[in-house]
Amino acid sequence: MTEKNAVIKVHDLVVGFGDVTVLDHLNLDVRDAEILGVVGASGAGKSVLLRTIIGLLPRRHGTIEVLGVDLAKATEEERRALERRWGILFQQGALFSSLTVKQNVQFPMRENLEISQRLMDEMALAKLEMVGLTPQDGEKFPSELSGGMTKRVALARALALDPEILFLDEPTSGLDPISAGDFDELIRTLQQTLEITVFMVTHDLESLYNACDRIAVLADGKVVAEGPITAMLESEHPWVKTYFQGKRGGMLAERQMST
Amino acid sequence: MGEALLTHKLVGQRLELAASGSWTANHAGELEAVVDRVTGEAPKAKNVSIDMAGVHEFDTFGAWLLERLTRQWTASGKEAVIVGLPEHDRGLLKEMHGVNREPPPKPQLGNPVVSFLASVGRAGADFGHNLIVFSEMLGAVGMALARVIVRPREYRLTSTVHQFDRVAWQAVPIILLITFLIGAIISQQGIFHFRKFGAELYSVDLVGILVLREIGVLIVAIMVAGRSGSSYTAELGAMKMREEIDALRTMGFDPVEVLILPRILVLVVALPVLTFLGSMSALYGGGLVAWFYGGISPDIYISRLTEAISLTHFKVGMIKAPFMGLVIGIVACAEGLRVKGSAESLGIQTTNSVVESIFLVIVLDGLFAIFFASIGM
Repeated sequence: MTEKNAVIKVHDLVVGFGDVTVLDHLNLDVRDAEILGVVGASGAGKSVLLRTIIGLLPRRHGTIEVLGVDLAKATEEERRALERRWGILFQQGALFSSLTVKQNVQFPMRENLEISQRLMDEMALAKLEMVGLTPQDGEKFPSELSGGMTKRVALARALALDPEILFLDEPTSGLDPISAGDFDELIRTLQQTLEITVFMVTHDLESLYNACDRIAVLADGKVVAEGPITAMLESEHPWVKTYFQGKRGGMLAERQMST
Repeated sequence: MGEALLTHKLVGQRLELAASGSWTANHAGELEAVVDRVTGEAPKAKNVSIDMAGVHEFDTFGAWLLERLTRQWTASGKEAVIVGLPEHDRGLLKEMHGVNREPPPKPQLGNPVVSFLASVGRAGADFGHNLIVFSEMLGAVGMALARVIVRPREYRLTSTVHQFDRVAWQAVPIILLITFLIGAIISQQGIFHFRKFGAELYSVDLVGILVLREIGVLIVAIMVAGRSGSSYTAELGAMKMREEIDALRTMGFDPVEVLILPRILVLVVALPVLTFLGSMSALYGGGLVAWFYGGISPDIYISRLTEAISLTHFKVGMIKAPFMGLVIGIVACAEGLRVKGSAESLGIQTTNSVVESIFLVIVLDGLFAIFFASIGM
């Protein structure tokens, strides 16, 4: 397998809470400008992996290197600089409820860049339009948004500073299949135009087929299978087999392969 | 990191721009200044070419500024061409070409005088609205109480016991401490000022009457409004935000009966209990200060107290207590249910709850003073 530059390197990672070990000596590389889908059973530690990489959870052992910076050795300043180079879409959106949609998108810009209010307004509206919202939506408050719109606004906020890496935590959960399909397409398009690396935790088989370049399967605290969708269909691991060739996965696989 | 730069030269009627460096978010500040400066250059130029070959980093910020530049020139009738942009950045520019086409919605700015008058009017209307909301809550609680009296088995006893533990039992130490200190302070002030005309003994009357009639119940009510009223509002507000109250309603439960009635009944019972404990503690504090500071021995203090106060004073204080509990509970629960989706609104309603319940407690105390005076108690 030819290795492109890895932008995230996770080596020998152990994460646990109390007596429970969630991630057990896990290794994973995310390559430049790819969309990596991370799947696994509920409770397999997908979100834990994501939260550990972005520094919200402490690790017990192992190294994480993001964009060439080792998180364990980085100084406070290096960390902050690094945090500006990634964008995160939380599962529930995590929009600031007291700010309007436009202010939510402008928040990272206001804090990190020294640009005029005019440019900030224009950029915020541009980002909103890129994720498929209208300028009128910019004046709404998060409590007035539907689930799909919340995800879109959260994506626009994650993209506010033109990050190099985008972390998505179940971007299509809670959306109807049509909106979820649109969202996958949106992520694909944005990833291609902006040339970013996407790390996506998901449950959605369709997302895996339509959006992801590579897939990593988490089970028993490790990555048990890694590769493009064709590799997944050939995998012998029992969970991977059930997931991709079970009732729901099998139907999709047939449909995708025949087209 | 390369500096974002844009150089220009005029060749006949053609303005030639050469861009270089990083056209990215990190340099957006300087880039914007440079682009704004160039926009006004060479008003006579007929056409413009922008050479992007020297740019080695390019993102949406750069793409938008480039788009803004060409859009302004195109609008003034000039011809703008972009050359030398790498293939993989063209998609980005194309994306930016489509955005911000319709003007953003104008913020509505009203006449300051009118908006001031409007805010005054709204405050007045809000006050009226608050009264309606409180009466509604009072009515709903009354209805729930009537239902519970008809079918006592449906009353939430566990929840009541739990709330009583939180609101009454756990409040006892702080209530005792504060009323003890208040009683001591009143006694000290009384002795200090009455001593000037040799009437120290009257400070015992002062402490007894003041504590039993007014201060005991007021201090306790204010403490409970701050301590339990605020927590009721925050709890119910958070439940409202997370749709827990809607969930209850759809399962066929009345939130007033399940959540609010036990809380309010607990307050109605807890406030007289806490008032009694608080008053005793204040009298005790007053007695200690009288002994050590004023030289009034406990025997004299107690015999003077029995002469000065009567059961009436005690009754006046205790009769007021449950009503104050009711007011605090009604306000706290009504404000909790008015919380909207945002964290800010939870904060606003909690503040409102405490401010309004303390205000109403004091107003109620005044009304009771008039009432008791007119019936001669």
